[in-house]
Amino acid sequence: MTTPALLNIDNVTMRFGGLTAVKNVTISVGKTDLVAVIGPNGAGKTTLFNTITGIYSPTEGSVTLDGQKISAKKASDITKLGIARTFQNIRLFNNLSVIDNIRIARHTRINYSFFDGIFKTKKYRQEEKLITEESLKLLELFHLADKKDLLAKNLPYGAQRKLEMARALATRPKLLLLDEPAAGMNPTETKELSELIHFIRDQFQIAVILIEHDMNLVMGIAEKIFVLDYGNLIAEGAAKDIQNNPKVIEAYLGADIDTGH
Amino acid sequence: MDYYLQILSNVGIFITLTLSLNLINGYCGQFSLGHAGFWGVGAYASAVYGVFFALPIDPTLNMIIAVSIGFLAAALCGLLIGIPCLRLKGDYLAIATIGFSEILRIIIMNTESIGGPRGFTAIPKWTNAYWVWGMVVLTTIFMLNLKRSAFGRAIISIREDEIAAETMGINLFRYKLFAFIIGAGIAGIAGSLVAHDQQFLHPNNFSFMWSVSILVMVILGGQGSVTGSIVGAIILTILPEVLKLIGSDISTWRVSIYAALMIILMLTRPQGIFGPYELFEKKRMQKGRA
Repeated sequence: MTTPALLNIDNVTMRFGGLTAVKNVTISVGKTDLVAVIGPNGAGKTTLFNTITGIYSPTEGSVTLDGQKISAKKASDITKLGIARTFQNIRLFNNLSVIDNIRIARHTRINYSFFDGIFKTKKYRQEEKLITEESLKLLELFHLADKKDLLAKNLPYGAQRKLEMARALATRPKLLLLDEPAAGMNPTETKELSELIHFIRDQFQIAVILIEHDMNLVMGIAEKIFVLDYGNLIAEGAAKDIQNNPKVIEAYLGADIDTGH
Repeated sequence: MDYYLQILSNVGIFITLTLSLNLINGYCGQFSLGHAGFWGVGAYASAVYGVFFALPIDPTLNMIIAVSIGFLAAALCGLLIGIPCLRLKGDYLAIATIGFSEILRIIIMNTESIGGPRGFTAIPKWTNAYWVWGMVVLTTIFMLNLKRSAFGRAIISIREDEIAAETMGINLFRYKLFAFIIGAGIAGIAGSLVAHDQQFLHPNNFSFMWSVSILVMVILGGQGSVTGSIVGAIILTILPEVLKLIGSDISTWRVSIYAALMIILMLTRPQGIFGPYELFEKKRMQKGRA
C-alpha cells in the first residue's frame, strides 16, 4: 500500500454479551485500494462492516476515516463522511421506483430547504432537475436507465444487486463496502461483477472493501486479502500468500491431525 | 340544508385527519394509534383561546389565531410524545400512542375549567364549511408536494427499509419525529375547525375508537396515497349517514359494517383502494418484470 491510509481500523473489538464477534482487529485501507475480507461463516465479517458503518459502535478500539474518528458516530453521519455499503441480503426500497432509490441516496447533498419543497420554488425545481439528471447518468453507467420507472422489487436479482451498488455510489462515498456481492450469482454473472467492481474503483477513484465467499472472485480482483476466523485477523496479504497460508487452510478445512504438530 | 352542510364539514375534517395520519402511518410507516388525542388537543387548545382569550377582532383573524394555536398545541404534544415513543417500533409504538392519547383525553375530562365530563360549551362560531375545505385543499397540496420533495422521499424510505435509509445518510429519528410532529399538528388544525364549527366539544369525541376510525380511512384508501386518504375519508364519513337514511336500526351496526368492510378489503385488496399511488399517477411502475 503506497497510498496514504483512508480507513484505519485500530484494534477493534466487538462484543455482544459474552460473545466476542470481532477481536482486536487492525486493518488499514488506502485511498483507491481494492481489498477483500474473507473467512468461514460466522467469522465476524459482517459484524466488522457493521462496526465500520456505525450500525454497531465498537466495544473497544477505534475506526478512523481520513484521520477523523467515526467509531462513535451515527450511521447516517458516517454516510455523510463518505462510507457507503451494500447488504448481504439486498435491502432496496422495494416499493419505490429504480430512480427514486437513487434519488434518496443523494439525501445528504440536498441543496434546497423544506419550504422550497413545499412551495415548489425555482430552487426546488432546478435542484430536482439536477438530481434526476445525475441519477439517470448513474443508472446509465449500470445499464439500468431503461428500467428507471420500474419498482425496485420487480427487477431481476442481478439488476437488484447492481442497483444497490449504484445507490451506494449515489451517496458519493470515498469508501464502498460490498457485503457478498456475488451471492446467488452464476459464474457468468460473477465474472461481470468482478469487471464491474474494477470499473467502479477506477471510475469513481474510491476504495472498495468486499466480503465474499466466492474465491474465484476474491483471488481475481482483491489486491490484498484479510482473513478473519472466530473474530481474529489470522492473515493478511496478496492472494498468493493467502492461498498457501497454513492458518487459512486450517480455518477453512480444519487442522490436519496427521502431521502431528 | 344545515344537515348536508354539517356532513360536508365533517367530510372535510376527516379528510384532513386522514391525510395527517397518512403522513405518519402511510409515508413514514410508523404505526400510531393516538391520532384522536392530537385532534382533541388541537380542538381544546383553540377552544380555550376562543372562550377565554379571544381578541376583540374580526372572526376571520381570530380563526387564524385559533388554527395556529390548535396546530402548535398538537404539534407540541406530538413532540413530547414522539421523543419517547418513536424509539419503539410497530405494535409497541401503537400501544404507547394509545396510552398517551388516552392520558390526554383523561386530563381534559378532569379539567373542570374546560367543562370536564360535561363538555366544553359556548365556543364562538368562527368557521364554516369553506374554512374546512380550504384546509383540505392546503393539506392536500402540502402532502403532494412533500411526497415529491427530497424530504418526503426520505420519510418514505424509512417506511421501506429503516437500515437502508440510515445507510443512505437519513437521520431516522429526526425524520420520524418530523413526520409525527407535522401529522399531529395538522390533526390539531382539524380539531380547531371542529371546535369553532360545532361550538361544543366533549372528551369522548376524541377517544381511542376515533383513532381507529381514522386509521381505517387511511388503510381503506391506501397507505401512502393522498388520493386514497381523501376517498377513504369520504366513503367512511358518508357511509353511516347513508345507512341512517335506510333505517335508524342500521346505524347501530356501523362498527360491524366497518369490520366487514375491512375484512372484505383485506381479502381482496390488502394495499387499499389506491395502494401507494395517486389517482392520476401513471401505473407504469406496476408493469411486471422488464
